[in-house]
Amino acid sequence: MPAYDVLIIGAGLAGQRAAIAAAKTGATIAILSKVHPVRSHSVAAAGGINAAISPVDDWRSHAYDTIKGSDFLGDQDAIEIMCREAPAEVMWLEHAGVTFHRNQKGEMDLRAFGGASMKRTAYVADITGQALLHVLYEQLMKYHEVIDRYEEWFVTSLITNEGACVGAVAREIRSGKIETFTAKSVILASGGAGQCFQPTTNALICTGDGIAQAYQIGAPLMDMEMVQYHPTTLAENGFLITEGARGEGAHLLNSEGERFMEKYAPNKMELASRDVVSRAEQTEILEGRGVGPDKQGIYLDITVVPRKRTLEALREIVNIGKDFAGVDITREPIIIQPGMHYMMGGVKTDFNGATEVPGLYAAGEVACVSVHGGNRLGANSLLDTLIFGRRSGEHAAERALAMQMPAASDEQLIHDREMIAEILARLKSGRRISEIKQELGTTMNRYAAVYRDEAGLQSAHEVVRRLKEEAKTVYVDDKGAVFNQDLLGAIELDYMLDCAETIVVAALERKESRGAQFRTDYPERNDAQWLKHIDVSRNGGDVPKISYSEVTITDWQPEARTY
Amino acid sequence: MAEFKLKIRRYDPESGSAPYWDEHTVELEPHRSVLEGILQARNENDGSIGVRCSCRAAICGSCGVRVNGKPGLACHTHLGAALESAGEDGVIEVEPMGNMPIIKDLIVDMDAVHWKKIQRVTPWLIGKQPVPEREYIVSRESMIDVTQSMACIQCGACVSDCLSMEVDPLFVGPAALAKAYRFVGDPRDGAHEQRLKDLSEDKHGIYDCTHCFKCIEACPKGVAPMNQIMRLRRIAGNDFQIKDRNNGERHEAAFVSNIERNGILHEADLLPDSYGGKFHPRAVPELISSLPIVVTALLRRKMTLGKALLHPHTAPDGVKRIFEVVEGREERNEFNLYISGTDAEAEASPEVAAAIEAAEPAGVAPEGTEGSSG
Ligand SMILES: Cc1cc2nc3c(=O)[nH]c(=O)nc-3n(C[C@H](O)[C@H](O)[C@H](O)COP(=O)(O)OP(=O)(O)OC[C@H]3O[C@@H](n4cnc5c(N)ncnc54)[C@H](O)[C@@H]3O)c2cc1C
Ligand code: SF4
Ligand code: SF4
Ligand code: FES
Repeated sequence: MPAYDVLIIGAGLAGQRAAIAAAKTGATIAILSKVHPVRSHSVAAAGGINAAISPVDDWRSHAYDTIKGSDFLGDQDAIEIMCREAPAEVMWLEHAGVTFHRNQKGEMDLRAFGGASMKRTAYVADITGQALLHVLYEQLMKYHEVIDRYEEWFVTSLITNEGACVGAVAREIRSGKIETFTAKSVILASGGAGQCFQPTTNALICTGDGIAQAYQIGAPLMDMEMVQYHPTTLAENGFLITEGARGEGAHLLNSEGERFMEKYAPNKMELASRDVVSRAEQTEILEGRGVGPDKQGIYLDITVVPRKRTLEALREIVNIGKDFAGVDITREPIIIQPGMHYMMGGVKTDFNGATEVPGLYAAGEVACVSVHGGNRLGANSLLDTLIFGRRSGEHAAERALAMQMPAASDEQLIHDREMIAEILARLKSGRRISEIKQELGTTMNRYAAVYRDEAGLQSAHEVVRRLKEEAKTVYVDDKGAVFNQDLLGAIELDYMLDCAETIVVAALERKESRGAQFRTDYPERNDAQWLKHIDVSRNGGDVPKISYSEVTITDWQPEARTY
Repeated sequence: MAEFKLKIRRYDPESGSAPYWDEHTVELEPHRSVLEGILQARNENDGSIGVRCSCRAAICGSCGVRVNGKPGLACHTHLGAALESAGEDGVIEVEPMGNMPIIKDLIVDMDAVHWKKIQRVTPWLIGKQPVPEREYIVSRESMIDVTQSMACIQCGACVSDCLSMEVDPLFVGPAALAKAYRFVGDPRDGAHEQRLKDLSEDKHGIYDCTHCFKCIEACPKGVAPMNQIMRLRRIAGNDFQIKDRNNGERHEAAFVSNIERNGILHEADLLPDSYGGKFHPRAVPELISSLPIVVTALLRRKMTLGKALLHPHTAPDGVKRIFEVVEGREERNEFNLYISGTDAEAEASPEVAAAIEAAEPAGVAPEGTEGSSG
């Protein structure tokens, strides 16, 4: 039975950064991931990472933009930490080897991004996430003697002992072997839950495993109603066209050829924050000014950006346009629409990554610190994963080094083994995993999207409850031990349904419009009643329980939000 | 919607039986990917089909397979295109990648081969000392240049069909050597010479590649591993004068002096003096694209390849002058697809541009060739 000071679940940017930080303390470390670390979803991040490194910039300006972007739901103490520590973090990355784009003087170049008051986004062409993730993995290879990697291991549950988290159960995908990992501190870094929605920009592996696992052991989730729709995704498959495109100057046009953002955000235009732009697009579409065969799209016109610049700085989306939509974006506009992109909510943590369950930390998209509040600014998520990944790595290690190895019983292991046996033994009469997943995704995309209301959310909740029942009998074809992806799909389905339910319940609860949550039945922001976080946890049973927590306000009082 | 027939190579290690073909019919638009086809078969017919995948968008590097015998990403191959390259029966064949042991169905053991080789090249930056307080100040072009190797998603498609690796399983291989270039080309790295020495002296290192072009063809991200290997050789031989045991550096020198002498790569000249190995007809444009772009631009703009290959040339003065300017600079910039995009129009500093302008066509009509790095 392997035992470690710090056990990290997930090897995206948050998990790898946590591992490297914890390694510096001399703690023993293991990092587990259900896919090879460089396949983690962080690899898809395109546009860049924010940090006030320009001599004319100031972290306070970054903090204010972030707070305003969050529609004043972000916790300002955590935001201050993130923005203050950002420049040093980006320099650390540069020294580790990230090939940041340079200006003519050889310094790091910065590009414009939505909701930012100046150019503040460092980038590597439009493969920033890939460059960061691969460079961190280089560091993991460098520290291979101090960081044990368990690649292609699937965590099925967290283990508790007297209310504290003391490890996890995981299955080696290649062999089907299942093991208990004991740990003094556990860091969840297992990413978001985008697959609850169809279509989504998120990868197939983003099934909310960690959110659901933490929820199962009683950790509260926070801001779950805040689901970001990105303004520029391809209709057919949800692929993302990075905000970097608008940062480089691309326009949004409706069927009348108007740059309609003039009406909604006359100052920032296309570079208003994402919730604002997505809503503007959706309004244009609903009012009949959409483009494309079914008038459900908007034109993104990148031809106004010099072609050479597009080829140099937006190469990946040139390829996406060509390969996945058959459009040469340097010569003609491409049809996009708002699409599910990011979970602002997640497992509630403090600014050191600690959750309310002792011994359990969380960082990255799985967590909610909350630095993004009601709406995340572009290029702030990579920053969030790194800053809070590092901080949780340090704090989890510090906690571990001051204590004895706890006891983790085999109870959970036995339970999970039985659960797997039960899934494999199911009768063929059940529905297929893919059917339930599809129904969940389209339901969420219909009722829990850019515009929401009571009736829609109620029906979404009913569907989710029904699917939860149906999921108990989903049938799997694969009965083997080696690389049984079918079985893992069945387990992930349960995680997705837990996440979806908490999203819907929180969205029903918030009877106002703020950030990404727009309730047509409550169209105004209501600070008097709703300037607070919604926490969701399990009250021992199967029904999500709601409670509230305060928004931390330091220097910036809520004000009306215009762009 | 159209119907596509997929024939998937299956192997279940627990069954005790040999690999077999498994046919499925899927219904999708022709511009949807082979991966979507496989997933439809998995979702609707048989959940036990094993394939790694995650991003669906050619960025996570999970879904390397062979489609109709050619390595690539399943999510980056259109069904329509796959049908065109299919056999007469119109069935699209999907198999696991080569050169790596098969675990199950389309899933291969990348750790045993690919990642071992990556680990072999000391795959992390050995930062130049002293480490500055802020970022290293380096040229814009150098960062763009290494970004081409950075664009590698470690999918293994190049490893799958590398000819040298088939013959010599110990060959460090295309992906790992492209990774090595990512450090050798990075001005912030302080161990260029050690790295190059190591990879030159290793019998299975940079001189073990036979220029078969398979890796360039296979790579879905335009990394062009062979070109990176050529650059490693050139830097090892020219800049560090590393003489390796395998005499590889001599081949490289022959190549450069050939151009310097003739003004254009003259294949007939080159073959006897250097390349004993396999030589692909498309070698010429590819090798040219691995040269510093000033030379490339000149060649592309001023020469037609056909003529260049058929007739002997003597180097126009301009070519010689460009060599002098480029070789005489303190810092030499490598350019690549991020700079030149799909256009062959390269960017050059004013002095070099002037030299290019001065180099008048030596009796050949200007004609561009398609950028080879798309
Ligand atoms: C297309 C796209 C573009 C983006 N662009 C940007 C951008 O330009 N700038 C920006 O700031 N943000 C961007 N984002 C957001 C950002 O990329 C993500 O929020 C961030 O990378 C999440 O990182 P992470 O480390 O939290 O999780 P991930 O990178 O998703 O990693 C999750 C890890 O957990 C592991 N895991 C999950 N479940 C299990 C389990 N059950 N057992 C074991 N391991 C498990 C996975 O294997 C993986 O290693 C983008 C997102 C998308 C979808
Ligand atoms: S060109 Fe060299 S590295 Fe590339 S596949 Fe051929 S032998 Fe291998
Ligand atoms: S060089 Fe290209 S083909 Fe080879 S692993 Fe990297 S991305 Fe894949
Ligand atoms: S699924 Fe990610 S590269 Fe194909």
